[in-house]
Amino acid sequence: MPDNNHFEPRIVAFLCNWCTYTGADLAGTSRLQYPPNVRIIRTMCSSSVDPVYVLKPLLDGADGVLIGGCHPGDCHYQTGNYKTRRRYVAMQEILRASGFDPRRVWLRWISASEGQKFADTITDMVASLKEMGPNPMQVAWAI
Amino acid sequence: MAFTPRIGVYICHCGINISASVDIEAVTAFAASLPAVIIARDYTYMCSDPGQALIKEDIEQLKLNRVVVASCSPRMHEPTFRAAVASAGLNPYCFEMANIREQCSWVHPGSEATTQKAMDLIASAVAKAAHLQPLITRQVEVSPSALVIGGGIAGLQAALDIAEAGFQVTLVERAEQPGGHAAQLHTTFPYMQPARELLRPLMERVDAHPRIEVMLSAEVEEIKGFVGNFEASVRQSEEMRTVSAGSIVIATGFEVFDAHIKKEFGYGLYPQVITTLDFELLSAQNLQVNGHSPRKVVFIQCVGSRDQSLGNPYCSRVCCMVAARQAKWVRQRLPEAEVTIFYMDVRAFGKGFEEFYDQVRTCGVIYRRGNPSEILRQGEHLLVRAEDTLLGEVVEVEADLVVLALGMVPRQDSAALASLLKLSRSADGFFMEAHPKLRPVDTSVAGVFLAGCCQGPKDIADSISQARGAAAAAMIPLLRGQVQVEAATAYVEEELCAGCGQCAQVCTYGALRLHPVRNVMTVNQVLCQGCGACASACPSGAVTVSHFTFTQTMAQLEVLLNGSNHQRKQELLPTASLMAK
Ligand SMILES: Cc1cc2nc3c(=O)[nH]c(=O)nc-3n(C[C@H](O)[C@H](O)[C@H](O)COP(=O)(O)OP(=O)(O)OC[C@H]3O[C@@H](n4cnc5c(N)ncnc54)[C@H](O)[C@@H]3O)c2cc1C
Ligand code: SF4
Ligand code: SF4
Ligand code: FES
Repeated sequence: MPDNNHFEPRIVAFLCNWCTYTGADLAGTSRLQYPPNVRIIRTMCSSSVDPVYVLKPLLDGADGVLIGGCHPGDCHYQTGNYKTRRRYVAMQEILRASGFDPRRVWLRWISASEGQKFADTITDMVASLKEMGPNPMQVAWAI
Repeated sequence: MAFTPRIGVYICHCGINISASVDIEAVTAFAASLPAVIIARDYTYMCSDPGQALIKEDIEQLKLNRVVVASCSPRMHEPTFRAAVASAGLNPYCFEMANIREQCSWVHPGSEATTQKAMDLIASAVAKAAHLQPLITRQVEVSPSALVIGGGIAGLQAALDIAEAGFQVTLVERAEQPGGHAAQLHTTFPYMQPARELLRPLMERVDAHPRIEVMLSAEVEEIKGFVGNFEASVRQSEEMRTVSAGSIVIATGFEVFDAHIKKEFGYGLYPQVITTLDFELLSAQNLQVNGHSPRKVVFIQCVGSRDQSLGNPYCSRVCCMVAARQAKWVRQRLPEAEVTIFYMDVRAFGKGFEEFYDQVRTCGVIYRRGNPSEILRQGEHLLVRAEDTLLGEVVEVEADLVVLALGMVPRQDSAALASLLKLSRSADGFFMEAHPKLRPVDTSVAGVFLAGCCQGPKDIADSISQARGAAAAAMIPLLRGQVQVEAATAYVEEELCAGCGQCAQVCTYGALRLHPVRNVMTVNQVLCQGCGACASACPSGAVTVSHFTFTQTMAQLEVLLNGSNHQRKQELLPTASLMAK
C-alpha cells in the first residue's frame, strides 16, 4: 500500500470557460501558488460535463475530479449550472453505487475574479485527497 | 481515404515566464515523441511575428493539418493563433492551445512536477487536436446601433463618439437628468475649472444630436441576444420599450461611500461634519456654516478607502486631489482660515497633480500625516483627535468645519446589472475588465464594454479616456456590419437519436426541436449557443457539440490517466541544467 504522505493525488478538473477557467487564469496572473496535481480541461459550461467524464478518470485511477462553474445565477448560458447541480446530486449516488467515495468528486462555484478561491480549492482538495488515500482503482502512479 | 492527423506543436518560452519554471527542452522532446506529431519546436515568443511565421512555414512545408501551441491562456491568444493558422490555409478550428503559463509556470515553482504537468497538458492538447474537425464560421448582420447605459460624463462621451461616427445611439439614464456625479461638482482639480464648463457643452451636444436618443428616468430590465444583435427591454415610467443594439457600453458610475458607517466621525450627528460631496454645494454658497464663515477647517482623507476593516482595501484615486482642491478653495475665499489635511499618503500621480499639490501646500494648507480616530464636541467647536504618525503622538486639532474626503464604492445594484449581462465583478465589486492591462475597456462578454467609474475609481480625465476607448471598441462590430457567430454548436446524429426529447428539455435557448415526421431531434444553428448541456443529457450519445466532443474529451482523459507517456516522461526528466538546481 502506498504511504499517504508521499502519495501525490491526481486530479482532473473540468472548468467552464466563462468563470472558473478564467478564475484559474487569474490565479496565474496573480502568481498565486497551489500544488501541481491538477490537470485542467476547458469546457464551455459546467453543464456539458457528461457523467462519463467523471467516471472514466476515476476508473482509470484518478484520485479526484473537480467540476468548476459559475456561481448560481451567473452561468453564461443562464441556467447551465443549475443543471450541473442537479446532475451532481444524482452522480453522488452513482459514485456510491460504483464503490467510489463521493468525496472524490467536487463541484465548486468559482467566478472569474476568484483566483484566490481557485488556488485554495486545489490546495484543499489535494490535502483532503491525501487524507483519503489513493483511489482504490489505482494501479501504480507517481507524480 | 482515412484522415491522418499531422500535428505541429509549438512551445513558447514567453521570455522567461514559462522557461523559468518549465524545462522547455524536455517538454519539446516529449512533444516530438507524441503520436501524430510531425514537428515540435520551441521559441522565445510564439505570438510574435517570427513565432507565427514558424507555424505558417511548417503548415506549408510539412503539410501540417493540426496545430498545437503551448503558451499562455487561450483566453489571451487563441484568436491570434487561429488567425495565423487560417492565413496559412488551415481551418481556424484545427488549432488547440495548452495553457502552460497561467495554469502551470505561473502557479508552480520550477520543478519536475511542474515540467510534468506541462507535458501532460500538451499531451492532452495533442490528443484533442488529433480529433479536431474543421468548422464553418457563420456571419450574421449587425444592428448598426449602440446602447449606452448610464448618462454620467463617461456615458455622455461614449454616446457622442458613437453617434458622431454615424451610428444610432440610445442612452438610458435612470435619473431625471443626465450628468451623474460631475453635475454635482463645483470646480475640478487640478486646473480649478468649473465642472459646469466641462459638462454643459457635452450635454448640449448630446441633446442636440440627431442620432442620439436620451431616455431619462429609464431603466434596462432585460437584455437578450449576443454581440451584433442585443435586445434590451427598457422601462420608462410605466412603458416598456425594446431597444436593439449591436453593442453595449456600460457607464453606470459609482456611489460615494456612506459616511454614516464611520461612526467615530459623527457624520449626521454633528452639523459641522460634512463630506467632500456636501462641500461642493457649500462652495457654491460661499462657505457659510451656521451663518458664519469657518475659521478652522479640517479635512480627513481616505474615508471609506484603503480601509481593510470596511472591506475597501483599494485607493479611490480622486479623494487626495479633491481634498487639496477644496482646501485651496477655502484658503482663497477665507484667507484668515486655518486649513489642516489629515492624510495617510498623498497620491498625486496624474498629469499636473504634483504641481497642483505643491501650489496647495504653498498657499498655506497644513498637511499632517495621521489617522484621525474620533471627533469630539467641545462647546461650539469640534476636536479632531488623531495619531500623528510622523511625530508618533496623539494630537488634537480644533475645528469648526470637518470635511470627510469620501471614497468611491460600487453601486449597490451593480450585482443586478452584472447578472443581467453575465458580467464579472472584481473583488472590490466594480465591473471587471477582460484583462487588467491589455483589455481595459472590454468585458468577458463579446460586444459589451466598460466606461468610467463603473469599472473602478477614476477622475474625469480618465473616465473620458476610457469612454472614448469603449466607444471605439463598441464601434468595431458596428463598422464591420457582420459578426461571426459561434461555430461550435450542437449537431445530432440521426441514426443514434431515439427521439426521446431529453436534450430539448435542458436547452435554455429552445434550439432543439423534434422533427415532426422523422421523429429525430433537429438543431436550430442560429439559436444554439454551444453550451453543451444537451450533449451531456442525451442517453444515446446522439447530440454532440462541435469542438468539445465526447471523442475529443475521452482522448484527453485517456492520455492524462493511462500514462503510456509516463515512461517517456521519466526518461526525459531531468535534462536541462535549469532543473539541476
Ligand atoms: C466629491 C467628489 C469630487 C470630485 N472631484 C473631481 C474633480 O475635481 N476632478 C475630477 O476629474 N474628478 C472628480 N471627481 C470624480 C468624478 O466625479 C468622476 O470621475 C466622474 O463623475 C465619473 O463619471 P461616470 O460617468 O463614470 O459616473 P457617474 O458620474 O456616477 O455617472 C453614472 C450615471 O449612470 C446612471 N446610472 C447608474 N446606474 C444606472 C442604471 N442601472 N441604469 C441607468 N442609469 C444608471 C447614474 O444615474 C449616473 O447618471 C470627484 C468625485 C467626487 C465624489
Ligand atoms: S436526447 Fe438524444 S436521443 Fe433523445 S431526442 Fe435528444 S438527441 Fe435524440
Ligand atoms: S448546445 Fe446548448 S444551446 Fe445548443 S442545442 Fe445544446 S443545450 Fe441548446
Ligand atoms: S458557463 Fe460557467 S457554469 Fe455555465
